[in-house]
Amino acid sequence: MSDLEKYTAGSATNIVRPIADPGLEPHRERMTDKSEHHARNAERQVSAMFIISMIGAVIAVWGFFAFPIVEGDLSATRNNTFWMGIGMALSLLGIGFGAVHWAKTLMPDNEVSEERHTARSTDEARAQAIEIVKLADGESGFSRRKLIRRTLYGALAFFPIPAVVIFGDLGPVVGDTLKRTMWAPGTRLTRDPTGIPIKASEVTIGSVFHVIPEGLSELEEHKLEEKAKAAVLLVRVNPGDLKEDPAKASWSYDGIVAYSKICTHVGCPVALYEQHTHHLLCPCHQSTFDLADHCKVIFGPAARPLPQLPITVDDEGYLVAQSDFLEPVGPSFWDMRK
Amino acid sequence: MDWFVPSDLRVEIKMESQLNQKPMRRRPWALGVVIFLGLILSGGGYAAATQTYQAEFGSPEQISEGRKLFLANCASCHGTNGEGAIGGPSVIGVGAASVDFQVGTGRMPGQASGPQLYKKPVQFTEEQILAMAAYVASLAPGPAIPAEEFLRTDGDVTHGGELFRINCAMCHNAVGAGGALTEGKFAPGLQGVSEKHIYEAMVTGPQNMPVFSDANLTPEDKKDIISYLKYVEDFESVGGYELGSIGPVAEGLFTWIFGIGFIIAITVWLGAKAN
Repeated sequence: MSDLEKYTAGSATNIVRPIADPGLEPHRERMTDKSEHHARNAERQVSAMFIISMIGAVIAVWGFFAFPIVEGDLSATRNNTFWMGIGMALSLLGIGFGAVHWAKTLMPDNEVSEERHTARSTDEARAQAIEIVKLADGESGFSRRKLIRRTLYGALAFFPIPAVVIFGDLGPVVGDTLKRTMWAPGTRLTRDPTGIPIKASEVTIGSVFHVIPEGLSELEEHKLEEKAKAAVLLVRVNPGDLKEDPAKASWSYDGIVAYSKICTHVGCPVALYEQHTHHLLCPCHQSTFDLADHCKVIFGPAARPLPQLPITVDDEGYLVAQSDFLEPVGPSFWDMRK
Repeated sequence: MDWFVPSDLRVEIKMESQLNQKPMRRRPWALGVVIFLGLILSGGGYAAATQTYQAEFGSPEQISEGRKLFLANCASCHGTNGEGAIGGPSVIGVGAASVDFQVGTGRMPGQASGPQLYKKPVQFTEEQILAMAAYVASLAPGPAIPAEEFLRTDGDVTHGGELFRINCAMCHNAVGAGGALTEGKFAPGLQGVSEKHIYEAMVTGPQNMPVFSDANLTPEDKKDIISYLKYVEDFESVGGYELGSIGPVAEGLFTWIFGIGFIIAITVWLGAKAN
């Protein structure tokens, strides 16, 4: 007999048993069945667990009142949550453990077999079901009255359309907000969080400045959204260390370079800068960018370099943006190059 | 130069010289000038060193003592005039703060080359460290050892915390527990580091740490940051055991071992027959 013939078509039921049915294990009596002494002990254990549960509830209430949450005192919060958590856990676990222990030791544990039945209905039942469907079809005229049937299909197809329209309008229209930031020609680079503008002469070699655009702090609304897009890391390296693309050479100023701080992978702030290797590491997924080489990705899951902010200095010596970023900042998306 | 100045003016002038000269000191042409000055100072500079000084730090005796220590302990890597050699970078212009940090935390003299120098028991006395710092400071201007007034921990903790989270926390962790960097390097934990060494690290940028000059974070800002670090160091964690304050790694491991372990134990117990 081949392996295939051992199985009936379309069924996972093995009709040839490779291992004989071992049957049920002989019933073994528990200590609590054999000795009244053990049964009484089990009874005490179960009720002890229920008593622990009650004590737990009392502990939770005690903790709530003994360690009131006082404004400004953070350690009070700690003790409050700790004792309430311990008490409530004991309270719930006590009931659970007690119930299980009760069932396992004292309730009957005789093994019972229940045979599985085939899922298929009898031929009579199946024929009867078909009869009912046919009768309903005839009486309702579902097959006969084509107009009703087709308009019903139409109504069901149209019904979800309002939902699509309503849910489609839940958020603001994205528009080009992903493609532009607050940076504009002449926007001064300012310190995060004070908003004090930065002079090129203040950025010494090896320095890192965390930068926000001028005017961000004064924004009335969408301040965080704008910050999340416009955050910039400003670094001065020895100009000789920069490997600059001639087309982008004018984007830096005397070794001062500015890059978007938002990782092109999933948008974590990339700011772990190493002064001598010029590595810029993202703490979330270890994407590593070479700051000296236009933030080329040298390790990790990020797919494109961090966008560079073209900068220069104004008449007073302050660093200003030449323009907005020339490509979208943050995580890449499908039509970002359009 | 610091030692030309009466002691009562010294602190102020130091701060100013830092502000004015630091941005310039690593321009390409400046290096040549600095080396030239360094050679003059170390070679012919003894004539200048014979003048009378009031200030203790940077006195000619101290500088000459520092130079001896430097030649005996540092010169094989940093060059006999601090100009740098195969093993180590130039120390001209790194300032007294850099020497005080590197030697004062035991990182220098370096034990072995590698991705990063480790903290180890300090090899010199406070006096010897100051002497070497005075010698290196005499080579060219650089960040000075910070004044006591910026090392107190009574600054604005809230402001310091905000500055720390913006400028430092990405590498050093939100409460200064430290963290990993690329290729075997790491940002060390800041708990237990002295106020002076924290300040000096900010102002000099040791190893791969960037520099946070006084033009970026003012001495007051630095004081606030130090106050914040000392505050969290002494602060009892609200969330219970910190597990090293390193966040999801330690907490996740704890949950997997004890939390999941507890659930597995209960599952086994539920499935077991009573005897």
